[in-house]
Amino acid sequence: MKIVKPAAAGTLESSDILITLKPGDGTLDIQLTSSVDVYYHDTIMQVLKDALEEMEVTSAQVQAVDRGALDCTVRARMITAIKRGSEVES
Amino acid sequence: MRRTMLFLPGNNPNMVMNGGVLGADSIIFDLEDAVAPDQKDAARELVRCALEMLDFGGCEIIVRINALDTPYWKEDLEAMIPLKPDVIMPTKVSGAAYIHELEAKMAEEEEKNGIEIGRTRIIPLLETTLGIENAFEIARSTKRMAALYLGAEDLTADLRCRRTKEGNEIAYARGRLVCAARAAGIDAYDTPFTDVEDLAGLKKDAELARGLGYTGKAVISPRHVDIVNAVFSPSKEDVAYARDVFAAMEEAKEQGKGAVSLRGKMIDAPIVERARQVLEAAAQIGGMLDE
Repeated sequence: MKIVKPAAAGTLESSDILITLKPGDGTLDIQLTSSVDVYYHDTIMQVLKDALEEMEVTSAQVQAVDRGALDCTVRARMITAIKRGSEVES
Repeated sequence: MRRTMLFLPGNNPNMVMNGGVLGADSIIFDLEDAVAPDQKDAARELVRCALEMLDFGGCEIIVRINALDTPYWKEDLEAMIPLKPDVIMPTKVSGAAYIHELEAKMAEEEEKNGIEIGRTRIIPLLETTLGIENAFEIARSTKRMAALYLGAEDLTADLRCRRTKEGNEIAYARGRLVCAARAAGIDAYDTPFTDVEDLAGLKKDAELARGLGYTGKAVISPRHVDIVNAVFSPSKEDVAYARDVFAAMEEAKEQGKGAVSLRGKMIDAPIVERARQVLEAAAQIGGMLDE
């Protein structure tokens, strides 16, 4: 999927993650901040990368602010942001 | 055994992720009223990922979808049916035609995903005056029908009256719905008690519903689960009496007696049937028959 516009999904509430997404310059640039970064940075990054790869996104700027989300929440918010960012206005 | 059906807002990760450990027999992932219109897609995705990746500890999985007069319900089914939820809960159900339109789409999605057609059951939310009047027709409209569920908040708006804790305004609807459900051979579920803090009021309300013949009750707070489970479970005394009924029946049979009495009262067919229901419920809850 091609990211054609800025989009966001999720919240800053506990157990959630806020993901914002913008069209990229040909690469994937992921910035992650997390309340549990010291323990789970790599795990969260992998879930974000897996979702992007699965949705065939190869160019995007991703900013993720995590508040202790489980893997399935991270994945759901990433997928929602991608779908929202790739929608073409009718 | 479905005594409690706990609502979980579909776009709230904290509630969704913990759904399996809150003690409810069934959990309802809510894609309807608990989700703002601009977050329907996010809720659908969150519930989809949760059902794919998490274990809800044997809870029955119900998904409440958006009403058929909204642009969301088809996408709800397209996202949810492949994940094999046990039950789909449609809202504002008014008659059999509504259910037929819904189940046609359910069958389409089941077939598309290689799922046995008819596997996913339906518990409709009856929350309009027309829905209440058509309760029996709705109850018999499909083999998928597992139960009827009364929703009092929208109903009282439709009735143009105030919703009260006493519930006199929904007495007719409660009676009509449970009678329709039982006549169709399915279960009946009562409306949630909406004051989260009033636990004594909740118990009274649940006891009223049980007394009318309801199988269980929907709840909107995890704090309500234990009380509702207790009200809709047979008591130790109920179980002991049911056992005595069957022991007396057995004894009479051995002695060749036609008429059976227990504690000075004749045991007739309805008493035996109630005793059977009590032991069946106790067996399903687990642990109650060991004592």
